Amino acid sequence: MSVLGKDLLDLESLSTAQITAILDTAEPLKAISLRAIKKVPTMRGATIVNLFFEAPTRTRVSFEFAEKRMSADAVNVAIGNSSVSKGETLVDTARNLEAMKIDMVVIRHQASGAARFLAERIESNVINAGDGTHEHPTQGLLDLLTLRDKWGSLQGRRVCLVGDVLHSRVARSNIHGLRKLGADVGVCGPRSLLPNGAEEALGVTVFDRIEAAIEWADALNILRLQLERMTAGYIPSLREYNRVFGVTRERLERSPRDLLILHPGPMDRGVEIDSDVADGPHSLILDQVTNGVAIRMAVLYMLRGGRPDLAAAGMAAGE
Amino acid sequence: MTTRPLLLTGGHLLDPSIGLDGIGDILLVDGLVASVGGSIAGPDEAEHVDCRGLHVTPGFIDVHCHLREPGREDVETIATGARAAAAGGFTAVCAMPNTDPVTDNQAAVGFILAQAAKANASRVYPIGSISVGMNGVQLSEMGEMVAAGAVAVSDDGRPVVSAQLMRTALEYARTFGIPVADHCEEPTLAHGGVMNEGVISARLGLKGIPSESEEIMVIRDILLARRTGGRVHLCHMSTWGSVELIRWGKERGIPVTAEVCPHHLTLTEERVGQYDTNAKMNPPLRTQRDVDALIAALKDGTIDCVATDHAPHHNDEKNREFSDAPNGIVGLETALSVLLTWLVTPGTITLSQLVEKLSCAPARVFGLPGGTLRRGSIADVTVLDPAASWTVKGSDFRSKGRNSPWLNSTLSGRVARCIVGGRQVHVLDSPA
Repeated sequence: MSVLGKDLLDLESLSTAQITAILDTAEPLKAISLRAIKKVPTMRGATIVNLFFEAPTRTRVSFEFAEKRMSADAVNVAIGNSSVSKGETLVDTARNLEAMKIDMVVIRHQASGAARFLAERIESNVINAGDGTHEHPTQGLLDLLTLRDKWGSLQGRRVCLVGDVLHSRVARSNIHGLRKLGADVGVCGPRSLLPNGAEEALGVTVFDRIEAAIEWADALNILRLQLERMTAGYIPSLREYNRVFGVTRERLERSPRDLLILHPGPMDRGVEIDSDVADGPHSLILDQVTNGVAIRMAVLYMLRGGRPDLAAAGMAAGE
Repeated sequence: MTTRPLLLTGGHLLDPSIGLDGIGDILLVDGLVASVGGSIAGPDEAEHVDCRGLHVTPGFIDVHCHLREPGREDVETIATGARAAAAGGFTAVCAMPNTDPVTDNQAAVGFILAQAAKANASRVYPIGSISVGMNGVQLSEMGEMVAAGAVAVSDDGRPVVSAQLMRTALEYARTFGIPVADHCEEPTLAHGGVMNEGVISARLGLKGIPSESEEIMVIRDILLARRTGGRVHLCHMSTWGSVELIRWGKERGIPVTAEVCPHHLTLTEERVGQYDTNAKMNPPLRTQRDVDALIAALKDGTIDCVATDHAPHHNDEKNREFSDAPNGIVGLETALSVLLTWLVTPGTITLSQLVEKLSCAPARVFGLPGGTLRRGSIADVTVLDPAASWTVKGSDFRSKGRNSPWLNSTLSGRVARCIVGGRQVHVLDSPA
């Protein structure tokens, strides 16, 4: 059994030591993506299914690169061309896949708890690639890695999540992960897009004004604002959202320090973030994407029983 | 077929309706209580049942259950539901009308009574729908349904959204002397919600149902009862706020009654754990503050009675993603034991208070026969063993449903015998 257990379902249930171990394991794996031949044989023979019930995303692309660079055999199953759309249940889909003797499932699903539901019913390792509005643990981990790269340690640092925290699985994974690594976490957005009682439920500080959040924070993680939130009546308009909560250069310039800027993507430029911030000198948005592959390689490796302390050696030997 | 007289001897007779609390015999003849209390020498042909060490109480009455027939006979039938009721000590249950087709006419009411008669177990009283097809638009033919045997009206499972329809229903039902039972849920607030809105829903990323969705309808219904003089019965109350509003209404003499379910008295939102669909019901499990307020309200009479909201579902339907699983749990066969274990054993309420809430009060609230051991009343009697301990196994249920949050729990207290109209319809550890 790996140090992570059978599955990676959320960051809420991981210990600080487990999270640190994943980040430490990812560190040496970054180098693989910088080589001319971006491949190690570590996971040769392992069969992985990328089971995506929502439209394919950059998350799936990132997982696919991680799987291929580790030499695993990966198959993509998307809702459009599987029998799920014919009414098959999640549990039947999973059992059928497992009957084909697979080793791991990477699942993206619109229902909160779907990854755990699957993990409790199949023997394969399950990685949650986003379940409803619950968690997106590999995104949380790659955000942690990106900040740790900059700061060395997250202890005592202040990170504010900006935007639609209520519906964001990225926000929940970030909040749990950041707090476990010793950071203070803030959330900022219209109250209609923050969980009622967020302070108590999630252990965060709430900011009603983006200006106050900017003054407080060392880093902003700016969440995507989905157009559907406006049509569902959570906010009056994207225009007003940008006016009140948009992260602009003018607002950042009033900060007493150089704020680091993260965004899980895809961005709506001119809504939650302005281009000169997204492309500015303190933006870590592309570092996040790069680190995403390393984090996913680390998780795949560790769930297959790889020892974190041998990651660097193992990768070297495989060369 | 005549039934032999039945003489229950040496049991602890417990009936708050007539202040009975002590060892004694009770004789049941021709479907009625012939004699109660003291030492009784029954007729020679009487069947004697030794009840020493057991409690003998008026039969329990559940004013809120779902028996699924017609429409979903795969998850429950009137017969299996009536046998489950008997096993749980309920000598009578009221069946909600959200079947397929809906119980919205006299023929449908007659069908339920015919099926219940064939089942030959506990009594089943039909509840008719408030609106045709539970469409929330047009009143059902309540007069004919009452004449056919309906004891109340409700669109349970769905709230009555239109305040005007609720007003008219209260006025119209008043004509026939029946209560209007409402599932209090403001649909725009509750829309898409799958559990209590609070700390746990925020962490699990599940859409919450705020307490106010219930409370807004509670106060609306109370105000409409004040306006119309119609009797409103509030189903499955779940929040401390509702308790305060009902108290407000009762203090003003407004004709409002209310029920609470065993799960809302004993479990909190924590029970959802990691997306356990056997902790998914509507209204949802709330917080400890709500549980404490509901218990206090039950004790002081703000909430009149306990009802199960027994809601069997197929395992395939429950065994899926939390947000897609149906609401509801079975409750008929665990209600007594759950309340004994969590409320009576710790001393929160007395056994006598529990009998009042499971038997006497529901009879009063819905105007049903029974709920008493008074001489001359119907011979509906429950015999229970408060000392018995048992482990809940789905395979032991008479109900077809297995969706219980108490599976594998060890509970104290059990129904030993259930007697309906002087006839034993359930005897523990023997075929019903």
